[in-house]
Amino acid sequence: MDLTTSERTRLAGTETQPGAVAHTIAGSQRNPAPPLPDKPLVTIEPSKSWVALGLREVWRYRELLYFLTWRDVKVRYKQTALGAAWAILQPLLTMLIFTLFFGNLAGIGNRTDGIPYPIFAYAGLLIWTFFANAVTNSGNSLVGSANLITKIYFPRMIIPGAAVGAGLVDFAIAFLILCGLMVYYHIAVRWSILMLPVLLALTTLLALSVGMWMSALNVKYRDIRYALPFLIQLWMFISAVIYPSSMVGGKLRIALMLNPVAGIIENFRACLFGTAFDWTALAVSVIVTLVLLVYSAYSFRRMERTFADIV
Amino acid sequence: MKPIIKADKLGKEYKLGTRDAAYSTVRETLVGWARAPLDLLRGGRKGTQTVWALRDVSFEINPGEVVGIIGRNGAGKSTLLKLLSRITEPTVGRAELYGRVGSLLEVGTGFHPELSGRENIYLNGSILGMSRAEIESKFDEIVAFAEVEKFLDTPVKRYSSGMYVRLAFAVAAHLEPEILVVDEVLAVGDHAFQQKCLNKMQDVSAHGRTVLFVSHNMGAISRLCQRCILLDQGRILDIGPTSKVVQTYMTSGLVQRSEYLQASEPSKEMNLRRVALVGASDQQLKSEIAYHEGFRFLIEYEVQGPVSGVSVSIVLYTVDGTCAFVSADTDRHDELLETRAPGHYRSSVLIPAEWLNIGRYTVSVTLSSAARSGVVYDDVEALVFNVVDTGSPGSRHGIERKGVLQPILNWTNSPVGT
Repeated sequence: MDLTTSERTRLAGTETQPGAVAHTIAGSQRNPAPPLPDKPLVTIEPSKSWVALGLREVWRYRELLYFLTWRDVKVRYKQTALGAAWAILQPLLTMLIFTLFFGNLAGIGNRTDGIPYPIFAYAGLLIWTFFANAVTNSGNSLVGSANLITKIYFPRMIIPGAAVGAGLVDFAIAFLILCGLMVYYHIAVRWSILMLPVLLALTTLLALSVGMWMSALNVKYRDIRYALPFLIQLWMFISAVIYPSSMVGGKLRIALMLNPVAGIIENFRACLFGTAFDWTALAVSVIVTLVLLVYSAYSFRRMERTFADIV
Repeated sequence: MKPIIKADKLGKEYKLGTRDAAYSTVRETLVGWARAPLDLLRGGRKGTQTVWALRDVSFEINPGEVVGIIGRNGAGKSTLLKLLSRITEPTVGRAELYGRVGSLLEVGTGFHPELSGRENIYLNGSILGMSRAEIESKFDEIVAFAEVEKFLDTPVKRYSSGMYVRLAFAVAAHLEPEILVVDEVLAVGDHAFQQKCLNKMQDVSAHGRTVLFVSHNMGAISRLCQRCILLDQGRILDIGPTSKVVQTYMTSGLVQRSEYLQASEPSKEMNLRRVALVGASDQQLKSEIAYHEGFRFLIEYEVQGPVSGVSVSIVLYTVDGTCAFVSADTDRHDELLETRAPGHYRSSVLIPAEWLNIGRYTVSVTLSSAARSGVVYDDVEALVFNVVDTGSPGSRHGIERKGVLQPILNWTNSPVGT
C-alpha cells in the first residue's frame, strides 16, 4: 500500500511537537511481529480545507463498489414481487401512456424523423429512467447508509457510486425491450450504434456527479430528499425525453441543449436510429458533465469528513 | 521497539447536541445566516456550546500488543476507536499508524437481512476491507467457525440472534489487518461462542498482530490485554499494565452504581429493564453496604415472546476481575425452566449479612439459556458497590482478612476430656 497524495502533503505539513511526551506502553513482546514500514501507512489528522480526491483509495476499494452494487440489485429484486420486471415496467408503461396521449398529436408524432413514436419515446424514456433513478437513489444513498458510515471506514464516494451502478443493471434489462421494439419496427442497426457505450458512460458520469453532490448535501440538509423528486420531474420536461428537440425552436433550443441530458438523449436516439448526430449538443454535454463531476467530487470530499458526525 | 500506533495529543470536539439533531434544513441555515449579524450586534453569538469528547490523548502501542481501553460510558472510548479507524476526523492532534487497520465497532456492519448467509459473508467481508480472493480462500473457515453450514442459503433475517452474531463475528475474526480495533462486541452470543471469540482474539495477537479492545467486562480485559488505557472525560487517566489500571479504575470511584436501567427493546424476546440494590424492606440502597446487613439484588425484566429453558443469573466479581460466584433463579426452581409467558417480571436474590468480605464488587446480570450453548439475551455489568466495614471479625483485630468472603460461621468448641 502507498500513501495517498493527501497523506503525503499532510505528512509534510505537520511536525510532532517536541514537547509532547507520549505515554509509552512498553510491550512485553512474545511474538514475532511483521516488520514495520518506515513511514506511517495512515496519518490521522484534521484535514486541510482543500483535500485531494483520493481516487487511488477509491480504486483500492473497487471490489466494495462491486459488492454494494450487487447488494442493491439483489435486495431490490428479492424484496419486490415483480423483481426485475420493475426495470422494464417503468419506462414501458410511461411509453404506452405517452403514445396514447401524445403520439397522435400532429405536433409530436410527425416530427420524429420517421421513427415510430412508441420506440422514439421508449428510447428517450430508457435513458432518462436510468438517469433519474440513478440520481434519486444515489442522492438518498448516504443518508440510507448511516449505519455503515458511522461504523466503518471506506471512501464514501463508493456509496453514491454503487447506487448509480445498480441503475446500470436496470438499464441493461430495460434495453432488451428496446431491442424487441427495434425488431418489431424493422429498424436496422447501423454503425452509429458504436456511440452507445460512449453515451451510456457519459450518462453514468453525469448521474454520478449530480447524485454524489445531492447525497452529500442530503446529509446536511434533509430538504434534499423532498426537493429531489420534484427537481427530477421538472428536469424531464426540459430534456426532450418524449418530444423531439426539433419541436423547440430558436433561442429556446439553445437553452435546451445547454441541458446535458437533452444532448445525451438526442444523440442516444441518433445512434440507435441512424439519424444525424448533434455534435455540438454532445460537446456541450461532455463539457457540462466534466465540470459538474469535478465540482461535485471536490465538494463531496470537503463535506465527507463530517458525515460520520452528523448523519 | 518501534511503535505501530503513535497518537499525539488527539482531540475531538463535538458541538453540543450534534449527535441528536446535527443535520439542519436549508431554512434553518438561512435563518442562521440572517441572524448571525444581529447576534454579533447583541454582543457575540449565543455561544455554540461544544464538548471535548477526547482531549490530549497521547500514547504509543507496540506491534503484537493487546491493549484494553476502559472507562465509564461517555469517557471517550468509542470516539478514540472511531478516530483510529478513520471513521471521523480529530479536531486536533495526530496519530500515525504503521499498519493496516481493521475495525470492528459493531457486529455485522452492513449485513443485509434479505440476503443469505453466503451472500452476507461476501458483502460484509468486502465492507470490512477484504478482497474477494481473500474471502474465497477463507470462506470454509468462516462458515465452520460460525457453525452455520446448514443455513448458508437462508436469508439472515431468519437466523436466531445467536447465529447472526456468530456469523458476523466469524467474518470479522478472519480479517487479517496488522491492527485490529474492536469495540464491545462480545456482549451477545452464547457463552461457548464468547469463549471462542476471546480465544480467537488471543490467536490474533499470537500472530504478531496488534489489538485495541474496548470493553466493560473486566474479566475479558484482564484475560486478553497486557496493557490498558483508562479514559475519563476524554482524557487519559491511567495507562500501564492491565492489573494496575483495572485496579485504578475500580477503586477510583469512577464506577459506582446502585441502580441500572435499560430501555425496553421490543425486538428482543427477553430483556433486562432494571437492576437495583435494595435493603430488607425493598428500599433502594446507595452503593455503600454495611458488612453486617443483608441486602438483595432486585432484577426486573421483560419477556416479549414466550421463552423457555432460560434462567436469570448473577455473577459477582471482585475488583481484580475474579469471579466470586454465580447464582441463577432456576437453581432451586426447575419449573422456571419451562416456558415463561410474555410479561414483566421481578426477581430478587438475598445476599446474607456478614458474608461478603470488605471491598468492592461488581455484579453482572445475565438473561440466557440455562444450557451451555444457548442464547444470551442480555449480559450486563449492572452494579458496582462497596461492602464497608461495620465491624467485621477481622477489623476487630485490625486485620484485613483475605478472601472473597468473610463469613461468620458456626464453630463448636468443647473441651475434649484428657
